[in-house]
Amino acid sequence: MSASTPGQDQGRDKSADRRAQEAAAWVEDMLLIRDHKDREAFARLFAHFAPRVKGFLMKSGTEGQLAEDCAQDVMVTVWRKAHLYDPARATVATWVFTIARNRRIDVARRDRRPEPEDLGWGPEPDATQEDSVALQQETEQLGAALKALPAKQRDLIERAYFGDLSHKEIAEATGLPLGTIKSRIRLALDKLRHAMG
Amino acid sequence: MPWGKTTMSIKHHLTEQLLMGYAAGTLPEAFNLVVASHISMCDDCRAALAAYEALGGAMLEDSCAGAAETDLSPGSFGACLARLDTVPADRDASDHQPVPPAPTGPHTLPEPLRSYVGGDIDAIRWRPVGGGVKQAILPTSRAASARLLFIPAGSAVPDHGHRGTELTMVLQGAFSDETDHFARGDVEIADEDLEHMPVAETGRDCICLAATDAPLRFRSWLPRLAQPFLRI
Repeated sequence: MSASTPGQDQGRDKSADRRAQEAAAWVEDMLLIRDHKDREAFARLFAHFAPRVKGFLMKSGTEGQLAEDCAQDVMVTVWRKAHLYDPARATVATWVFTIARNRRIDVARRDRRPEPEDLGWGPEPDATQEDSVALQQETEQLGAALKALPAKQRDLIERAYFGDLSHKEIAEATGLPLGTIKSRIRLALDKLRHAMG
Repeated sequence: MPWGKTTMSIKHHLTEQLLMGYAAGTLPEAFNLVVASHISMCDDCRAALAAYEALGGAMLEDSCAGAAETDLSPGSFGACLARLDTVPADRDASDHQPVPPAPTGPHTLPEPLRSYVGGDIDAIRWRPVGGGVKQAILPTSRAASARLLFIPAGSAVPDHGHRGTELTMVLQGAFSDETDHFARGDVEIADEDLEHMPVAETGRDCICLAATDAPLRFRSWLPRLAQPFLRI
């Protein structure tokens, strides 16, 4: 984060802090769902994420009613697959994004998207709270950095994610602090490899 | 841990564009297959993918920005609650699940490929292309094509250029061309500017996964004539 101007930093830190707190609350709710099938926690996640998933799908060209149905499907999947959620690997928003992306691909019925071979890591029993908090914070900083991008570049990245750009048109996401998250996940992978012997 | 050693030696990785396209879910199926196969063997790219998915999460957070049209209808939450305890009957529930490594590993083909082939390399149904080179076309969407290539040790694939983008990932053995040397796990990304003649390393037959979003152009007349029949 050293390359940014002081003025940007001030605004970013404030909103990134608030958002990191929010992100931590979503993690708490996910764990309540995972461990206790807590419907109140689910109601909070639904209120926050379902409209966002709907918005994401509408921006991807899905018509309103279908987008709403898909948003429901996505939230049902969040409930059913809660046991797979690992706060040391992804924020709740990131995890919901991957489910929404997959739902969009299913609905389009065009290109299948095979998954890589998994490493056999579910939520790690020994993942530290610290790892998870650091990842949440770095992701929120990424969100803030995204907002601080020049409109033209940000628009390009958004269009790539909403499926408006072909793979040839996708530009590099330069200027975004992706390196910190890459290194954190890389460390987690190293730890896991070590644990697997 | 079938890929533990491989992951250390990979030199040629996926581009940021491919990782972003795979994270966003906008690649043709054939390219998805190459990306997923490479990530199965490469922790660097696996971590990079996670970063691009985090970017998608940030995008999702901002995707409604208070717009009334993204509000859900009043009955929506109730309808969703009613579905929570039902048995997942939808087919999609099992899709997109990361596949655990096979207990019997190590395999030559990473899992996403084994599903397409119906097994490991012994299960590939090769068709001769000429000069000892063989191929097996994999069933993907038409936006791009994917095939496995078998190049006998020391042999060359005919000199060819590309109309679109071609991704070639090494699964066994190694090959070299005008640009560099490619070994297991490496991905060569060729575009319109590259005319090359990949040659398999001596000593071991080379098996690659190749995906292209346009037909290859061979320079000599015979393979060009044969192209429509070979479906490459």
